[in-house]
Amino acid sequence: MTSQDNMSEEHLPEATHGHGGGPVVSKDGYFADPGLPPHEHRRTDIDEKAARRAERQVATWFLLSMLATVGFIASYVIFKPGPTHHVYVWPVGDVSPLNFALGVTLGISLFAIGAGAVHWARTLMSDEEHIAERHPIESTPEVREQVFADFRQGTKESGFGRRKLIRNTMIGAMAMVPLSAVVLFRDLGPLPEKKLDTTGWKAGMLLKNMNTGEPIKASDVEVGSLTFAMPQDLSEDDEDFQVRIAKDALMLVRLQPGDIKDKSSAAWGYEGVLAFSKICTHVGCPISLYEQQTHHVLCPCHQSTFDLSDGARVIFGPAGHPLPQLQIGVDATGNLEALNGFTVPVGPGFWERSE
Amino acid sequence: MSTHAYDDSHEEQIGHSEAGVEQKHLGEKSADWVDGRLGIYSLAKANLRKIFPDHWSFMLGEICLYSFIIIILTGVYLTLFFQPSMGEVVYHGSYTPLQGIKMSEAYESALNISFDVRGGLLIRQIHHWAAIVFVAAMLVHMMRVFFTGAFRKPREINWLFGFLLLFLGMFDGFMGYSLPDDLLSGTGIRFMEGAILSVPLVGTYLQMFLYGGQFPGNDIIPRFFTIHVLLIPGIMLGLLVAHLILVFYHKHTQFAGPGRTEKNVVGMPLMPVYMAKAGGFFFLVFGVIAFVSAIASVNPIWAYGPYRPDQVSTDAQPDWYMGFSEGLIRIMPGWEIRAWGHTLELGVFIPLVVFGLMFVVIAIYPFLEGWITGDKREHHILDRPRNAPVRTGLGVAWIAEYLILLVGGGNDLFATHLHMSIDAITWTCRILFFVGPVVAFMVTKRWCMGLQRKDKDKILHGRETGTIKRLPHGEFIEVHAQLPQEELYRLTAHEQQAPAQLPPAVDENGVKRKVGAVAKLRAKLSAGYFGPQSQIAKPTAEEHAEITAGHGHH
Repeated sequence: MTSQDNMSEEHLPEATHGHGGGPVVSKDGYFADPGLPPHEHRRTDIDEKAARRAERQVATWFLLSMLATVGFIASYVIFKPGPTHHVYVWPVGDVSPLNFALGVTLGISLFAIGAGAVHWARTLMSDEEHIAERHPIESTPEVREQVFADFRQGTKESGFGRRKLIRNTMIGAMAMVPLSAVVLFRDLGPLPEKKLDTTGWKAGMLLKNMNTGEPIKASDVEVGSLTFAMPQDLSEDDEDFQVRIAKDALMLVRLQPGDIKDKSSAAWGYEGVLAFSKICTHVGCPISLYEQQTHHVLCPCHQSTFDLSDGARVIFGPAGHPLPQLQIGVDATGNLEALNGFTVPVGPGFWERSE
Repeated sequence: MSTHAYDDSHEEQIGHSEAGVEQKHLGEKSADWVDGRLGIYSLAKANLRKIFPDHWSFMLGEICLYSFIIIILTGVYLTLFFQPSMGEVVYHGSYTPLQGIKMSEAYESALNISFDVRGGLLIRQIHHWAAIVFVAAMLVHMMRVFFTGAFRKPREINWLFGFLLLFLGMFDGFMGYSLPDDLLSGTGIRFMEGAILSVPLVGTYLQMFLYGGQFPGNDIIPRFFTIHVLLIPGIMLGLLVAHLILVFYHKHTQFAGPGRTEKNVVGMPLMPVYMAKAGGFFFLVFGVIAFVSAIASVNPIWAYGPYRPDQVSTDAQPDWYMGFSEGLIRIMPGWEIRAWGHTLELGVFIPLVVFGLMFVVIAIYPFLEGWITGDKREHHILDRPRNAPVRTGLGVAWIAEYLILLVGGGNDLFATHLHMSIDAITWTCRILFFVGPVVAFMVTKRWCMGLQRKDKDKILHGRETGTIKRLPHGEFIEVHAQLPQEELYRLTAHEQQAPAQLPPAVDENGVKRKVGAVAKLRAKLSAGYFGPQSQIAKPTAEEHAEITAGHGHH
C-alpha cells in the first residue's frame, strides 16, 4: 500500500470509469475493447452562427485565391524577365521581380484553395467516424479449388503437358525472340577497343596554354604557379574538342629540382617543369586546386590529393593510382613540347587498364 | 424515386423511360451514360463512401503523390522550351556574363527558360523543388510504413512498388539535374562515367554504349532526356497507379484504439471528407512549393557556366538524395588491384555495390521479417515502434548509416564551415560506417524497451495527475489516476508473439531429430525479435486488479 492513495476523491481529476468495478476485462485476460467512443459535436455542428462564420472563412480563402490569380496574370504582364532586373525584398534578398511576383501569387492562389477546402472539411463536413468491415484478402477455399480446377482443365485442353514437342519449341522460340532486341542495341556505341588507352598527345607536339592559346616557353613557367595546357593541334572550335579535352587536359608546375623526390619523374620534366594529366584517376574530375608550398594538388570533387613532387603519388582520398605524367622537353625556340605520348591511360581506372 | 408506388423492377423501367426524364438531373444523366458503357456504379458504390482512417503520418504518402503530379505538370511545360541537344552554339542571350561563350544547345535553352521565357524560371524551380520534396517525402513515407509494420502481409508487394518508386525517383532526379549540361551537372555525368568504368569485365562496354563513344560525346544528354521524361516516368506512373489501387484494395491500416480491430477500418468517408482534405492538401503542397520557388533559388545554372571536361567548380555536390552515394565514394580508400594486365578499381566498385546493397536491404526486409517471425496472418493494425524494438532498431541503424554517409558526402563543406580537418572527418566517417549503425541499433532497442516499461508502469500505476498532496507526516506525493478503459485497451492492444521453438531434440519415437542450421538460425533470430530482451510482457487485467486492490481503491 502506497501512501499516495488515501485521499478524498473530490480533489482528483474526474475518472471516466472505474467507480465500482475497475476496468472491463477481455476474454484473454487483458483489457476489453470499450468500442468506438461516442461522437462529440463540434461547435459548428450545434451553433449555426459558428457554422456561418466558418462558411465565411472558407469563402474568404477562395476569394483570396481568385485575387492572387488576378495578381499572377498582372505580374506576368507588368514585370520584365531577364537577369538584369533585381529588387531587394526583405528578408529574402535580391530577387527577380517577375519570378518573385509570379511565385508568390501562384503560391497564394494554390494554397488558399487548399486552406479553404481543408477548413471546409474540418469545420462543416461531418466528422463522425464510420466503421467499415474488412474482408480477408485471401480467397475462400471454394474459390481456390475452382480456380485450380479451371486451370487444370485449361492445361488439359491445350495439351500443353502432353505435347512436349510444342511446349519445348514454344519455350525455345520465346526465349530466342528477345535476342533480336538485344542485338538492336549494339549500335548504341562503338566497342571500347584501345580507345581509353591513348590520348591526343604525340611526340613532338607543342604544349599550348589553355588561356592564351599560345605555345608555352619553359622560362615562363614559374615556381608556385599552376598552368593548364592542351595539345597544339587542339582548338576550341574542333568538333571533338570536348572528347579530346576530357583526356588531353594537362597541368604544368615548376618545382625546384631539389624538391622533386621522384627522380624518374624529374627526368621526364624539363628543368623542374613537370606535366601531369589534369584528369583525376578516381572518377575523372579535373583537378584544379594547387597548394604551392607542399606541391599537393587536390581534386575538388572527392578530395583525392596527389603529391606532384613525388610522381603525383596519391597521399589522401579515394583515388587508386597516381596522375599519369607526360614526358616533356623544349624545341629549338624554347617552347615546351611532348617527347612522348602518355604511356599509361589517363583518367579513371577500368578493367582492361594495364600498367 | 421513392415517391413512386411501383415495385423495384417497374421503377427501374420508369427511370429510363420518358416519365423519369424530366426529373433527371443533367449530372445523373451523364453518369448513367457513362455507367451504360463502363459500368462505373459498382466501382463507385465501393469507393465513394470508402472509409479512411485518420492520422497525421498518413499524409506523408500524399505529399509523394502530389509532388509527383507537380513534377509531371511542370516537366511537360519545360519540354516545350528545352532543347536536349549537345550541339554547340555561341550564346547571345540576355545573360551578359556568358555572352559569346560556346555551349551546348541544352545549356543555352536552359538559360533561355530561366531568363527569357516569362515564368520559365519559376516553373524550372518548382520542378526542381518538387523533385527534392518528392524523394524526401518518399523516404519519410517509407519510414512511417517501416516503423509501424505496415509492410506486413498483405502489403509486401505494395512495399516493393513503393521501394521501386523511391529507387526510380532518385535516378530520375539525377538525370533531370544532369540535363541542363552546366558545369555542375556535367561533373555528375563524369562521375557516373567513372563509376561505370569501374565495373569489372563489362565496364568499358557499358560506358561506350551509354555515352555513344568516349566521354562526353554527343549522345548522353538526348539519351538522358528520353529516359528522364518518358521511360522512367512512364514506369513510375504505372507503379504509382498500382500502388494506389492496392491501397484502396487492401484498405488503409490503422492504429490500435477503442473500436479499431483487425477486421474493420474506422474513419471518415472518401466523399466528402477526404476528397476535400486530400484534394485540398494537393493545393497546399503545390502552393508551398510555388512559394518556396519564388523566394529560394535552386540550381542557378547560369552561375556555373557551360560544361567542359577540364573545368570544375569547388564544393561540387549532388542533390541531397544522391549525397549518400557521394559519401560512399568519398570515404572509401583508393583500393585498386592490378594484376595480369587488368585493373580492378575497388575504390569505386565497392561503393557502387554497397550503394546497391543499401537498397536491396530495404526491398527484402518485409520478406526477411516474415520468414523470421513465421507470421502468416494479415495485419491491419499498426505497431507502435516501441513494441517492435528489433525492427525499430534496424530501421534506425539504416537511417544512421544513411546520415553518416551524407556527412561523408559533404566532408569538404563540413571541413570548411566547421574549420575541421577533412582527414579527421573522413576517418571518423570510415569508423562510424561500421560502428554507427550498431550503436544506433543498441540505443534504439534499449530506448524502445524503456518506453515499453513506461507503458507498463502507466497501466499499472496510472498517470500523473499533477495534483500534489501533503501527507500527515509531512511527505509530499503526486496523486496518480487510473487510466480510462480506452487508454488501457490502446496500450495493451498489441499482440506479443512468442519466439519460434525448435522442435524437440528427439521425436515421438525417441529418435534423435536432425535440426538444420537454417532452422537453428531462424529460432535464434526469432528469439532476438520476441525474447525477453525485446519484449516487456504487457500487464494483464489481473496484475492491474491486484495492484489497484492493494491500494485500497480510492
